[in-house]
Amino acid sequence: MEIDVLTFGQITDIIKEAKLKISGAENTDELIKLLENNYPALQSNKYSIAVNKKIIQENTQLQHQDTVAILPPFSGG
Amino acid sequence: MTSLNKYHRYQRQTVLKEFGTAAQEKLFRSKVLVVGAGGLGCPALQYLAAAGVGTIGIVDFDIVEFTNLQRQTLYSVEDIGKLKAQTAADKMKAFNPDILFHIHNIKLDSKNSLDIISSYDVVMDGTDNFATRYLINDACMLLNKPLLYGAVLRFEGQIGVFNMEDKDTNIKSNYRDLFPVPPDPASAPSCNEAGVLGVLPGIIGTMQATEVIKIITGIGKPLCNTIISYNALTNLFYDFMISPAKGTDASVPKNKEEFEKFDYEWFCNAHAVLNELTPAEFDGLRIQEKIEIIDVREIGELPEVDEFLFTQIPLSVFENELKSITIKNKIVVFCQTGKRSLAAVKILNEKFPKCSVWSLKGGIEAWKKDYLNSLHASSIKP
Repeated sequence: MEIDVLTFGQITDIIKEAKLKISGAENTDELIKLLENNYPALQSNKYSIAVNKKIIQENTQLQHQDTVAILPPFSGG
Repeated sequence: MTSLNKYHRYQRQTVLKEFGTAAQEKLFRSKVLVVGAGGLGCPALQYLAAAGVGTIGIVDFDIVEFTNLQRQTLYSVEDIGKLKAQTAADKMKAFNPDILFHIHNIKLDSKNSLDIISSYDVVMDGTDNFATRYLINDACMLLNKPLLYGAVLRFEGQIGVFNMEDKDTNIKSNYRDLFPVPPDPASAPSCNEAGVLGVLPGIIGTMQATEVIKIITGIGKPLCNTIISYNALTNLFYDFMISPAKGTDASVPKNKEEFEKFDYEWFCNAHAVLNELTPAEFDGLRIQEKIEIIDVREIGELPEVDEFLFTQIPLSVFENELKSITIKNKIVVFCQTGKRSLAAVKILNEKFPKCSVWSLKGGIEAWKKDYLNSLHASSIKP
């Protein structure tokens, strides 16, 4: 099963890609754990997660070819 | 007055059949509060005033600085040092004398914001810090006012409408449904530190003004329960749908009393690393003890430092570079303004739990200023 991951703002800086493919994650918790293992700097960041454009609040089951977007808050104005 | 009648100036929009004089009348009667007359506020103010919003409030306690001019297009070189709210209002009055401006030369806090916000119909968030963003969000929830959110960083911007019910679904959401917990200050850079492409707040601020005009006039579909993210480098827009989160209601102050007691500065800085040294404390430590000093700025950043010895490890490669380093001494980390160094302190604390680690408060900018002052002071001594 393969998931498309989109990153924004500071998260793109950490992961170094705006778009990447991840396999081996059945749900969003597993996906985040996997990403945090590969990119430890993610752990100290706050962000929201959207599955297929919907912001989720709790662990969500993923399907093949789902798109998970990781959006950090910006403060600038 | 140069107009034949009050609609003349607005003819190009009243001619729109979806708009007409009815929408124009709604704008004339509307009251909009723009919080922050900076990168987002400047373009929004220009278009709100151009469109004929009857009353515009401007909140800003800051003064115009030279580095603002790259994106805050209302100001000129001669405005440097002047109050932003007053200066912006003066320019807008000349541009559209029909509009009533209220100038609020203050910093919004939990004591003054309900009074100010309650006399407006719509609020636009053009602030530059999380504490004020959460404050405005909660105030708008309590007062039931639509909130136009916008934020920028580097080449990316976010925009959305909070606290306004979608007419089709009867759902409304707010900033806390999107970001329930404020970020650690060390992990969320500001535009001072990370930079911003000047035109970007122009785009986002103009989109915010568009949504304000749509909300007031009732034309089109406002951006309720959605955040749009825009990337100027790739020209990509991406939207995020927000729904009310379970915990939000419990975390928001429920009434005026609770709101006034809520410390937004603390809320947004509670997780901050407190291991900071002032420039004077740093100099004391530097002279008395053997310490490691690390510059986490990227290669080539100014000002150069030749007053003391240090190692440079840019934050972008910090974690990787640390793998091959052992440190036994006390460590002081510095950057430009003291924000990135907080992030580095956090990493060092994990990697070298036995070392004492500090960040130089205010960064090398503050230190240089102190250092120059002390040189000056010693040179004028008899």
